[in-house]
Amino acid sequence: MININEVIETNNMIQKENLDVRTVTLGISLLDCVSDRIDTLCDNIRLKIARTAKGLVPVCREIEREYAIPIVNKRVSVTPISLVGAGACRTEEDFVRVARALDEAAREAEINFLGGYSALVSKGMTRADELLINSIPRALAETERICASVNVGSTKTGINMDAVRLMGSIIRKTAHLTADRDSIGCARLVVLCNAPDDNPFMAGAFHGVTETDSVINVGVSGPGVINHAIQTVKGRPFGELCDTIKKTAFKVTRLGQLVAQEASRRLGIPYGIVDLSLAPTPAVGDSIAEILESMGLEKAGAPGTTAALALLNDQVKKGGIMASSYVGGLSGAFIPVSEDHGMIDAASCGALTLEKLEAMTCVCSVGLDMIAIPGSTPQSTISGIIADEMAIGMINQKTTAVRIIPVEGKSVGDRASFGGLLGYAPVMAVNPWSSRDFIDRGGRIPAPVHSFKN
Amino acid sequence: MSESKSIITVVGKDQVGIIARITTYLYENNVNIEDITQSIVAGYFNMMMIVDTSGSEKAFITLSEELEALGSRIGVMVKLQREDIFKSMQRI
Repeated sequence: MININEVIETNNMIQKENLDVRTVTLGISLLDCVSDRIDTLCDNIRLKIARTAKGLVPVCREIEREYAIPIVNKRVSVTPISLVGAGACRTEEDFVRVARALDEAAREAEINFLGGYSALVSKGMTRADELLINSIPRALAETERICASVNVGSTKTGINMDAVRLMGSIIRKTAHLTADRDSIGCARLVVLCNAPDDNPFMAGAFHGVTETDSVINVGVSGPGVINHAIQTVKGRPFGELCDTIKKTAFKVTRLGQLVAQEASRRLGIPYGIVDLSLAPTPAVGDSIAEILESMGLEKAGAPGTTAALALLNDQVKKGGIMASSYVGGLSGAFIPVSEDHGMIDAASCGALTLEKLEAMTCVCSVGLDMIAIPGSTPQSTISGIIADEMAIGMINQKTTAVRIIPVEGKSVGDRASFGGLLGYAPVMAVNPWSSRDFIDRGGRIPAPVHSFKN
Repeated sequence: MSESKSIITVVGKDQVGIIARITTYLYENNVNIEDITQSIVAGYFNMMMIVDTSGSEKAFITLSEELEALGSRIGVMVKLQREDIFKSMQRI
């Protein structure tokens, strides 16, 4: 039987240590909405999302109430729109119309973000892929809730450098069109390598073509809970530290699994995966950087940071895998700078640089995330940053991503504010040396050798 | 899920009549109490009850809201939660 100490521990995690379910994301296939007429396509999309997602927010509210656990975000991901719109969209404007239809559907379903304004171009781009990618700056500027992602590489295919070059310019244009709001459009745009089909987290969520018609994926969170647990093993050897993280990650993931199963049962939609994630928020006590500092680093970014993050990420997976039958998505610690007050502090005081963040992405969940850089950064430099990050993903057979914000009109030392969970960030310095001639070559970087691992 | 057990927790400064007022509410709403544990740490009252709400005519969410409201009138924090959350987090 459950005892009072266990009840108090669980409730303290929720009330004092910011334990929550970060997102319940409903994946919806839009393949059956396809039409060769743009009006029909938009109508089909609105109807399908309205029909499938209508129960999502009410059911999540019920679960929040009955278990007294906050579910921070309720979201929807859809089939990559470059596929869904390929038959009907003949111009960039046609794709922007689809984006508006999606935005309207998202508003009606009361969800805060809808992901899947996406193209998967790791080897080559179709005409529709190119149109969609070129429409991204306007689609993001003219909508509130749409998230865009472009997968430009994979371990199996190599890196599509034409797409990498194009994304440098798309990110600059997106920044320009939302310049009045610190270029916030870029916060809803991510470039990926090895993008998973079942990721519940924005901005990279989309409903892959390998998925069923609709599916519930859940992302948990609990940096504060892990940090609190680590305080109890201060100064102890690594074995004890790892054990503590694993046990805590187990509990956090079990919560995610419970919510996923309940949401699935009540909505009559199958449960897909739990994403074993540690997702920070700008709130004090909900930070990955704080965990690294509790492990014994003076500031995130100090020598030892990559090792600490590797250890954290691995223990979260080990504890989480034991707790949940189906694990997927991005699974690991996120290190978005603007969404983590410890990272913001570390970047502001110079402890954390872009290059150190890049090293950290080799061992953590995703990549260069929510990093503000000067608005004047050349597009070829942005492409260079993307190429580096994609190479890390391709060679190491992991998902990597770049969500970077060249904040128009701002330079190093200024601050960009994105509001809410997106937080704020100091504008960080970028290596000034040019990568233009490298990026301008065009073509593809071939798939890597899968042997001779050195 | 309606037949599953639920947990009521009460946390707050100790005073006369906390249990009386909460159990009276439960009696009036036909909620059966299966177990009670309580402890007082540094003047703070901590109580946990395992209850069965399946006999009540009121919806779970209504019971939960009314208990919270009752708690705020007494000056303590009262919560009604499904037991599954504790079982899934605390048991392998």
